[in-house]
Amino acid sequence: MAEAASTPSKSRDLDKLLLRPGNLVDPNFEPGTELRLALQEQVKVLVVGAGGLGCELLKDLALSGFKNLEVIDMDRIEVTNLNRQFLFRLEDVGKPKAEVAAKRVMERVKGVNIVPHFCRIEEKDNEFYSDFHIIALGLDSIEARSYINAVACSFLEYDSDDNPREETATPMVDGGTEGFKGHARVIKPGFTPCFECTIWLFPPQVKFPLCTLAETPRNAPHCIEYAHLIKWNEVHGGKAFDPDNSDHMKWVYDEAVKRAELFGIPGVTYSLTQGVVKNIIPAIASTNAIISAACALETLKIVSGCSKTLSNYLTYNGVEGLHTKVTEFVRDKDCLVCGPGVLVELDTTVTLQKFIDMLEEHPKLLMSKASIRYRGKNLYMQAPPVLEEMTRSNLSLPLYDLMDKVPKDILHATGTINKDNKKSSGLRKLRVVFKGIDGVTDMDMAGGA
Amino acid sequence: MAEPKTKYDRQLRIWGEQGQAALEKASICLLNCGPTGSETLKNLVLGGVGSITIVDGSKVEPGDLGNNFMVDESSLEQSKAKCVCSFLQELNDAVKAKFIEEYPEALINTNPSFFSQFTLVVATQLVEESMVKLDRICREANVMLIFARSYGLTGLVRISVKEHTVIESKPDHFLDDLRLNNPWPELREFAEAIDLNVQDPVAHKHIPYVVILVNMADEWRKSHGGTLPSTREEKREFKELLKARMVSMDEDNYKEAIDASFKLFATPGIGSDLLQIINDSCAEVGSSSSDFWVMVAALKEFIANEGGREAPLEGSIPDMTSSTEHYVNLQKLYQAKSEADFLVIEQRVRNILKKIGKDPDSITKATIKSFCKNARKLKVCRYRPVEDEYNNPSLPELQKYLTDEDYRSISIDCCQEKHLVSIAVGFYILLRAVDRYAANFNSFPGQFDGGMDEDISRLKTTAVSLLNDLGCNGLTLTEDLINEMCRFGAAELHAVAAIIGGIASQEVIKLITKQFVPLSGTYIFNGIDQKSQLLTLY
Ligand SMILES: [Zn+2]
Repeated sequence: MAEAASTPSKSRDLDKLLLRPGNLVDPNFEPGTELRLALQEQVKVLVVGAGGLGCELLKDLALSGFKNLEVIDMDRIEVTNLNRQFLFRLEDVGKPKAEVAAKRVMERVKGVNIVPHFCRIEEKDNEFYSDFHIIALGLDSIEARSYINAVACSFLEYDSDDNPREETATPMVDGGTEGFKGHARVIKPGFTPCFECTIWLFPPQVKFPLCTLAETPRNAPHCIEYAHLIKWNEVHGGKAFDPDNSDHMKWVYDEAVKRAELFGIPGVTYSLTQGVVKNIIPAIASTNAIISAACALETLKIVSGCSKTLSNYLTYNGVEGLHTKVTEFVRDKDCLVCGPGVLVELDTTVTLQKFIDMLEEHPKLLMSKASIRYRGKNLYMQAPPVLEEMTRSNLSLPLYDLMDKVPKDILHATGTINKDNKKSSGLRKLRVVFKGIDGVTDMDMAGGA
Repeated sequence: MAEPKTKYDRQLRIWGEQGQAALEKASICLLNCGPTGSETLKNLVLGGVGSITIVDGSKVEPGDLGNNFMVDESSLEQSKAKCVCSFLQELNDAVKAKFIEEYPEALINTNPSFFSQFTLVVATQLVEESMVKLDRICREANVMLIFARSYGLTGLVRISVKEHTVIESKPDHFLDDLRLNNPWPELREFAEAIDLNVQDPVAHKHIPYVVILVNMADEWRKSHGGTLPSTREEKREFKELLKARMVSMDEDNYKEAIDASFKLFATPGIGSDLLQIINDSCAEVGSSSSDFWVMVAALKEFIANEGGREAPLEGSIPDMTSSTEHYVNLQKLYQAKSEADFLVIEQRVRNILKKIGKDPDSITKATIKSFCKNARKLKVCRYRPVEDEYNNPSLPELQKYLTDEDYRSISIDCCQEKHLVSIAVGFYILLRAVDRYAANFNSFPGQFDGGMDEDISRLKTTAVSLLNDLGCNGLTLTEDLINEMCRFGAAELHAVAAIIGGIASQEVIKLITKQFVPLSGTYIFNGIDQKSQLLTLY
């Protein structure tokens, strides 16, 4: 090895990708020390979740050239996390995951700054989320993914021809695992399908019919769900069942055993009772490591352009041999979340109250109890009471006036969406156009928007 | 200390107490503890593997701090093996963690017997010459071996074991063993005792579909010369008959019967995978046969005799609409038959053991029972020696992969024509080419800054001569990919290492627990667009 190595640097390996030109790279890739510096100083990455995937993501990103990270998680550390969430020790049990994870990674990787947020994702406002260049999701719930997806998509702006403006797209990488299987995906709102465009990938969980539980139980889970969903309420009336209370769990288990004996059904164990009641998804360190690292690698490539990116969904299955597959899903052009928005045409006289009522009837929205925001300003908030009181007086004012007499603009509505007899909270984008404004036509808007 | 059961709860739900016990008994040796090796072990230590021994002769350099989480500022200039070992120990005090400050190449060359003490060796970042030597050593000593390597945006994972047999392969989807088309007498009797024409609508809609199908199949046979529906038209007709029996539209049991009718149409007897196993020459057992093959020999006898061309009954039934009473009785019926089949096989196993001069009780009841339950899902994995694959790769296979439609994503010049081929296959060739390069030039292409153009042309020449040696004359790799390989400069990127190490650790778990099916062949990671590929070059 005749040639001397360049000055010793922590970035020895990463520099090969960041400082050298390449052939199979993003067209906008500009290798050099400035790029390395930009990753370190300018780029802010948010990691959502500090569990099995989140711990890995923080480590992987900290060792992929990023120095400004934040992490948000509402959970505290439990003993059952320790087989995979490698940043936590036994003595950390009970402490907030986000705080311990951030501290551990900062201790080991010098120069990295990680800001923890020990709270629910809904507690942060849009400004908080808009601060990040990219968001990495390490979540285990569909609802949470949906929420973050909607927030990120709300930053996307469309031009007057309904084309997405690339500079307003906040990319996301998302991972998920179950046992030996997992997926990693890249979402660039407006350009690749968002979480909601492909929501069918996550079929709703199958629930047992109540009549089976009550009348014809056949297996151990039926007996457990009977004790959990029916017997508990019969005996305890108003007292809510708490899955984290071991007395409650023990009670359900004992009742399930009794029922199983009555019907001659085998297989009720305490472990199965916990699994059924808490809907426990088995999880191991290796799969989390693979999926998180795939997400971190995509993050590095998206931000730096140092290679091509995953387009757009990777599945991993290690059950029988090893199967990985890349699928290029397509956008749903009518997607309510990442699309240009639901068009609502209004007269200038419509009041905010009337507008909120209309959202309930609008066939594409079916949103009740809507809170309305316009350009970061609360027009009306259903909660908390303080904000409700502060914004109540707006209800009787014309929306046109509240929107500063702008003839056409985007509003954000948060509320309860009643779809297929199911209620869920959701955020929707509305493109409001006021009818009959003198001198404003679509032609004029094309130039002025 | 935490109750270990609680700590491991989420993984016990996957591989159970037995799998966990196997892990806790295993001793793993890691060669080279860069990020690829460290991440592999991290996942195994968290899962509670018995002991680890880290072999690495290098000292921690500043560059290591940028890609390896197991070392930090305080580790600089110290033994890397020692630092990584102490961090891993922190993760789980139930694991016995040791380190040896020595270069793996030196151990391979001077102390081959060192490796025989381990259950499994994870060899990371080794070049071809060392891989071939280590493979010979481990095969000789019957030690399982996994190679893992990260190289820029590519890498590989390969298992090398003479033979790995799996009883609990736990596939995601597998046809239920219901014997609908071949019911044993007690099942037929049970079904006949239930009247499909019962008047009570509640009773009618709680007849399990197993009973419906067994009875309806009998009815069909009577009017069709004893045969079951076989043509598409007959199958459709059979489903119409089922539909006609519904007394109301909400009868889930009949809907399930229609959906499950394909189980009735399936060919009776064992599948081709199992047929291959019972016809394997290892099923001719002798005193040196493993327990697995002794049980296969017994299974083979059973299939030819008592089983009537079927494997022992699995004994479990899926959930289905039914009254509790019918369901519980049906379940008991299947369990009883399964138990009876097990007893026959057990007797045959004991007889065979006696015949080959072994203790007839040397295989436990529980093992034989598990074997019977999983008889249709047995797996045998054999891995070719690395040396063989490298010297004589299967050319048709290689050509097939080179032009695999699903992975064609890069252009390649061959015989003055442009072809689209897989990036992953290109990486397979180039990962070998860089080792030849390093053997000639004492460094990897692009390892140091400067002289990139020369490195690129040297790598290109090396790749061409490698392809010629393999018999792929006229085939050259695209300039783009060769350039990328030089750009990588043997970098070990953390994210790539975590993927490769993660895959390696998952395979270690499958090999040690003897559950699930380990990968076959060589897994080539493609970090450019994630279109990685498993190459089986046999
Ligand atoms: Zn969408």
